Amino acid sequence: MAIVDLANPSRFLNLANRALPWFGGAVVLAFAFGLNQVAAVPDVYQQGATVKIMFLHVPGAWLGMLGWAVMTVAALGTLVWRHPLADVTAKAAAPIGAAFTLMCLVTGSLWGRPMWGTYWVWDARLTSVLVLFLLYLGVIAVWRTVEDPSRAARAAAILTIVGALDLPIIKFSVDWWNTLHQPASVLRGGGPTVHPTFLMPLLIMASAFTLLFAALLLAAMRNEILRRRVRTLRLLQASAVT
Amino acid sequence: MEAADHLGFIVAAYAAAAAVVLALIAWVALDYHAQRRALADLERRGFSRRSEPMRSAPAMEQAKEGA
Repeated sequence: MAIVDLANPSRFLNLANRALPWFGGAVVLAFAFGLNQVAAVPDVYQQGATVKIMFLHVPGAWLGMLGWAVMTVAALGTLVWRHPLADVTAKAAAPIGAAFTLMCLVTGSLWGRPMWGTYWVWDARLTSVLVLFLLYLGVIAVWRTVEDPSRAARAAAILTIVGALDLPIIKFSVDWWNTLHQPASVLRGGGPTVHPTFLMPLLIMASAFTLLFAALLLAAMRNEILRRRVRTLRLLQASAVT
Repeated sequence: MEAADHLGFIVAAYAAAAAVVLALIAWVALDYHAQRRALADLERRGFSRRSEPMRSAPAMEQAKEGA
């Protein structure tokens, strides 16, 4: 099957139905392996056992940003190429990205209280991630309030592309401003500064969460295609009655 | 630093992450079943996709007669 064939929603549904059980199995195995690795991680002399929260917080942050990046590419697909699956992808990705961003914020707060002495501080990194979460809620609100899917798709696409400006702000906030949040320690020029004892479990957990993200996105896209079929048939039903 | 010092924060973080993940899985699964049910209901009434016009035509006639 050529990649362009996936533009056909029926072919995409067939692919999703075949792929989802495999994704499910891979997600379970990846989390079983990752959590086993995390359980064996030693305490850190400054953070103690709270370092274990990092294996949730960091993947949450990455996937919150990945979700918006996926939506931005999809928004270009909607506005420029009018790809049939572009707005389906954007709509399906929004709640998933929002959930991972919320996970990042909550787990970060729960790490911050014992380490920084506060659940929250208005520094640039934390605030820009909170803005990302609010942007997600804004896009979800647009999808829910504009009834016509094509008009909703265009409005959400514009908001998404404008909101993408927040991604570099999140990434470089720790370099551009003096923040309580520590600077980048994994995705940075010169390579990671994290010791392999902690880096490997982190990458395994990030892979597990990324597989979960992909599986959820595939399933949510399948639901959105079905929802559009239901809407079309209901319109057909209504036009037959009138 | 003892692990027990911050056990509550660690457990709360993992519980929150599990709640988020389970909520996402439940949302996707419940939505899938709701859409499948709605499609099955419409098809039972004779409304199916445009690619299957033979099944939808009688239903449209019935709907017009019933209106």
